[in-house]
Amino acid sequence: MSTDDQVLEEFTSKEYEHGWSVDFEADEAPMGLNEDIVKFISHKKNEPEWLLAWRLKSFRYWAQLEEPKWGNVHYPKIDYQALKYYSAPKKGGKVKSLDELDPEMIKTFERLGISLNEQKRLSGIAVDAVIDSVSVATTFKETLGKLGIIFCSFSEAVLEHPELIKKYLGSVVPAADNYYAALNSAVFSDGSFCYIPRGVRCPMELSTYFRINAANTGQFERTLIVAEDDSYVSYLEGCTAPMRDENQLHAAVVEIYAAKNAEVKYSTVQNWYPGNKEGVGGIYNFVTKRGICAGDHAKISWTQVETGSAVTWKYPSCILKGDYSIGEFYSVAVTNNYQQADTGTKMIHLGKHTKSRIVSKGISAGKSQNSYRGHVNISKRATHSRNFSQCDSLLMGNQCGAHTFPYIDVENSSSQIEHEATTSKIGEDQIFYCKQRGLDEESSVALIVNGFAKEVMNNLPMEFAVEAQKLLALTLEGSVG
Amino acid sequence: MISIKNLHANIEGKEILKGINLEVKSGEVHAIMGPNGSGKSTLASVLAGRDGYEITEGSVVFEDKNLLDLEAEERAREGIFLAFQYPVEIPGVSTTNFLKTAMNQIRQYRGEKSLDAVAFLKLMKAKMKLVEIDQALLSRSLNEGFSGGEKKRNEIFQMAMLEPKLAILDETDSGLDIDALRIVAHGVNSLKSKDNASILITHYQRLLDYIVPDFVHVLFDGKIVKTGDKSLAMELEKKGYDWIKAEHGSLETI
Repeated sequence: MSTDDQVLEEFTSKEYEHGWSVDFEADEAPMGLNEDIVKFISHKKNEPEWLLAWRLKSFRYWAQLEEPKWGNVHYPKIDYQALKYYSAPKKGGKVKSLDELDPEMIKTFERLGISLNEQKRLSGIAVDAVIDSVSVATTFKETLGKLGIIFCSFSEAVLEHPELIKKYLGSVVPAADNYYAALNSAVFSDGSFCYIPRGVRCPMELSTYFRINAANTGQFERTLIVAEDDSYVSYLEGCTAPMRDENQLHAAVVEIYAAKNAEVKYSTVQNWYPGNKEGVGGIYNFVTKRGICAGDHAKISWTQVETGSAVTWKYPSCILKGDYSIGEFYSVAVTNNYQQADTGTKMIHLGKHTKSRIVSKGISAGKSQNSYRGHVNISKRATHSRNFSQCDSLLMGNQCGAHTFPYIDVENSSSQIEHEATTSKIGEDQIFYCKQRGLDEESSVALIVNGFAKEVMNNLPMEFAVEAQKLLALTLEGSVG
Repeated sequence: MISIKNLHANIEGKEILKGINLEVKSGEVHAIMGPNGSGKSTLASVLAGRDGYEITEGSVVFEDKNLLDLEAEERAREGIFLAFQYPVEIPGVSTTNFLKTAMNQIRQYRGEKSLDAVAFLKLMKAKMKLVEIDQALLSRSLNEGFSGGEKKRNEIFQMAMLEPKLAILDETDSGLDIDALRIVAHGVNSLKSKDNASILITHYQRLLDYIVPDFVHVLFDGKIVKTGDKSLAMELEKKGYDWIKAEHGSLETI
């Protein structure tokens, strides 16, 4: 075995940091999925009839669908009847103030580096903390409320702002959009809702922190962001889960609505449990994220750092309906061991003079498979539109794979499309060069990988960027080849 | 400072170094010259600890430590610097960031505190002058899109920053025009002190017009076959390497 292989071996054996779980007494739905479970969830949340009807319709639609097979990912068939669709920590749920929150819960989030105590927070980030199926705390609600910004759990929004939910729920990702979106629409339990009124620039980062805790439980959260004319918001999403031998399902839906001149920046650091080095366990991350630039000059920017999950299937997309609207997608997807990622974006140009930019950086190590899948569609009406796509892959070792599936449809002749793609391997030369300057192997790899992903990392809000950089290094620790 | 005794090294089963003996003391500058394929770059790589070489015989002692037992990064932290013949590109990582990371790891190894941003910048400014390198260049991705001269100057800049005890310059002069050569030589000369030493590996005598070596060694077929002072370099320049080949037998049929 050469030195490189040994290092590769050591690197890939790195343990997952957030793999612990806490025993919360939980209020759970019985295992399995049927109309009664859908009703159970809806009743738990005291939902209005219209929403239950919407859920049931979604469920019936889902029941006739087949799981999509086109992704470049392979996993055993999921038994949807062997999962629990609702689990809420008993002491969680609705609390009027953070003082009433179960101290265990606060500790859990502190262990994850998330402080729910507003006074202790250094930076201006408001947090909505979601454990399993429910939101347990939302910070800075009052501060934001003064500006007319609504930032609360989805369940709360259903009860307190039904008119907004009714108007926008399913407006960007219809329940019938795809298999997982339909499933989510039937059984979604919680998530965040955020509404920025006309002309308001949200003064702090809004963030949702998702944690799957309970065993055998799927997490189906729903996030809805509505940005009215001339508003701005930057939104962050983080996720972790305990180490468990079975695979857990996470099927979220995120919808973003950006009106005229509105700008929404959505950043994700996804660190779900990826499974162990033999590929046992880990989260199946099947997520539908889509935003619509409904008004002219609107802008939606997705930035994602995907390091976790056993299987990822995710394409944060933009529908550029307003003239001069802009869609951006910046992604770093890292796969190690037996992880599989099939991720990318869709940019649907409908308005004139619309612009989109795609920067995707895939890093594969171990025996993992990493695919970029993108679709750029410029419709007949979307004259003078532009797209720039760049897909770079970095390989570590010789047992992993990187794939690129770009689809491009252009239906007018005044638009321009550029696509660049590169594949490279971390070179022994690069590592030796770093080592010769005194860097150890791990720092060398971290430096090279972060350099490779820099363009994307630069788009993350500061605090997140630091976390993401560490995460990249951690995920790849020991994967040199 | 460094004592190389009867060093034999193979790459992929083929013997390249066939018994090198070399003693370098503090304050000295040694030039190693020789025709292509004589093992010059291999010697540099073996001393710096590049993977892929098998040491079959001999020893290298650097400041009382058995160098061959150390990892490449430990050798660097002990004070060995290799200026690469072909400096490597690292996209997305600026020279500044690269050097800061390197320097702090070296300082940590030596039990010193990390340099803060201000002290680092101050040091950088001082060393930049030495090799006439522009700050803009140092903010760009390391060596990416640099001209040949810029890459070599960047190597010497890094050397100036890291202040090694023993610097090995592998064909630093190759591909340089006269101006760049003069700048590089000026950098090397300014860094020279009684406490450090350098080994210049070069094919041509040209560099030695600017950096005067204390010793000149001729490497041929994996062995040092001749040692002299600067005049040996002049002789080589005049006569080429053929007379060495004639004296020591041509390279074995490969």
